[in-house]
Amino acid sequence: MNPIIKAENLTFSYPGDEETGPVRALDGVSFEIPEGSFTAILGHNGSGKSTLAKLLCMVNFPDSGRLWVAGREITAEDAAEEDILAARRDVGMVFQNPDNQIVATIVEEDVAFGCENLGLPPAEIRRRVDEALADVGMTEFARRQTYNLSGGQKQRVAIAGTIAMDRRCVIFDESTAMLDPVGRREVMEIIERLNRKEGVTVLLITHHMNEAALADRILVMNGGKIYLEGTPEEVFGRPEAMWAAGLDVPQTTELAYKLQKACLDVPLTLFDPASCAKAVADAVTRAKAGAGKEARR
Amino acid sequence: MNAVELDHVSFTYSRNMPGAVPALDDVSLSVKSGGITGLIGHTGSGKSTLVQLLNGLLKPDSGTVLLDGHDIWAEPKKIREIRFKAGLVMQYPEYQLFAETVAEDIAFGPKNMGIGGEELDARVKEAARFAGIGEELLGKSPFDLSGGQKRRAALAGVIAMNPKILILDEPAAGLDPAGRRDILGGVKRFSRESGTTVIIVSHSMEDMAMYCDDVIVMARAKILMHRPTAEVFSEAEQLASVGLDVPLVTRVAAALGELGVDIGRDVYTVDYAVGKILEHIGAAPVNFENVKDAAGKNGTGAAGKAGAEH
Repeated sequence: MNPIIKAENLTFSYPGDEETGPVRALDGVSFEIPEGSFTAILGHNGSGKSTLAKLLCMVNFPDSGRLWVAGREITAEDAAEEDILAARRDVGMVFQNPDNQIVATIVEEDVAFGCENLGLPPAEIRRRVDEALADVGMTEFARRQTYNLSGGQKQRVAIAGTIAMDRRCVIFDESTAMLDPVGRREVMEIIERLNRKEGVTVLLITHHMNEAALADRILVMNGGKIYLEGTPEEVFGRPEAMWAAGLDVPQTTELAYKLQKACLDVPLTLFDPASCAKAVADAVTRAKAGAGKEARR
Repeated sequence: MNAVELDHVSFTYSRNMPGAVPALDDVSLSVKSGGITGLIGHTGSGKSTLVQLLNGLLKPDSGTVLLDGHDIWAEPKKIREIRFKAGLVMQYPEYQLFAETVAEDIAFGPKNMGIGGEELDARVKEAARFAGIGEELLGKSPFDLSGGQKRRAALAGVIAMNPKILILDEPAAGLDPAGRRDILGGVKRFSRESGTTVIIVSHSMEDMAMYCDDVIVMARAKILMHRPTAEVFSEAEQLASVGLDVPLVTRVAAALGELGVDIGRDVYTVDYAVGKILEHIGAAPVNFENVKDAAGKNGTGAAGKAGAEH
């Protein structure tokens, strides 16, 4: 699969103040994101996650290194304005705070906002908005006012806005952080569907380890560098490294880790409660059988 | 002695409008002194309304709100004092930092209460210590702190007012796991050492399970249950029916029960589950205290290793 995003040795610094001088936020970051994949980005506050996201949607440009988005090298010396605009059109972003990204007072007008800026014909906008609202299950809210929607509904409207623009890649920057469990589940279901059914490349920045466990791949950032990279099994299979980086692992992994320390053999990377329970039950049966033999001896 | 009592309290926003629905409907409640109580419920269940009634930001339409046994609206002119007694840390309180130094920001509340001189200094230092703000940060501008530090500085500003009860609305939202442990650990230390009653509003069932002695569950403007934490999380189905979750480990425990390994339905922390499983097979208990923070302290070594393998 072709990478939709490719980064080579990216660095980025914020100006900082007189005392500290420039603050290095990204320090030589390289990776590839295959088109159509679902990647979670983890890292403690200040590890460089959001800085990276801002480079990927071209809000900021790297100080050095090379960055390709959707086949165009946007860091090239001769990169034309049109290339960058086209790349920006391919990558969308959904932010953390639902109230910071709703621009219109009526739901369908908000969803249409991006398409209108693209200068699409009205009939095409109509079609895209209707489809996008159906995709996120908000059709019946089309004519409602945006201000009295719940947080989860607002995030769904924001996602519909990016769907309507036909993005190839969407970055979710802690988009579930301010939602209650129901809202979080609604939004995660839509993110998964967007990826699995529509083939949209998803980058999910999150502090929720259970959400990251749903991804194909996880990038862990620490100190402006990529600290760990791999499938959820590979990354969460190293709980000590995750704790050392100020992060966590799903509770099923923590349970298995602690049971292993107590000599019960339970795999670290069963993220769903039923399979974790099955493994624990098997280990318990083995331990009891062992103890029985011991007693008979 | 109850720190907080609600006696048949009802409240409706813009209640003279047609179609107004009560946000709190005939709620009675008592919270014992000195513990940490969790308040959970889906968006719109009435949590925020309840919190604002507790420190007198809202006035009940009917019923009484008692702090330390006193009706807070007995003398409406003195409601300002009630707000000093019931300290409220709002969501994303770091946006409310404004002073030139962290110390001045923490001192703002107690100063407004008329405290000065040595007592003010002592309070600022003590509050900073509880919130995990080192003395070296006190002279800095609050805007130079990291996100987690800002949040803790804002918490210190409320602690410095010596409230009788401390109410926190989503204190850990948006923080990374280590940041969550720092701030919630600080709140717990503060509650234990000072005996202050704490009420935490949160959507994180895992955090609730870790830090709360008892939990109030709100649904549709009423209190669905108010019981010890273990008992609340043993009601997985009832919680699910009002749009709430139980911690992942509680679901593992339930699934284990169905597989014939009964470790009880009131399992809500990983360490407790491990203990119960070891007890079930007759193995000796293992102490895992601080395994996460210990890994963090060896941070550089472990990180270097992982980095090299990458």
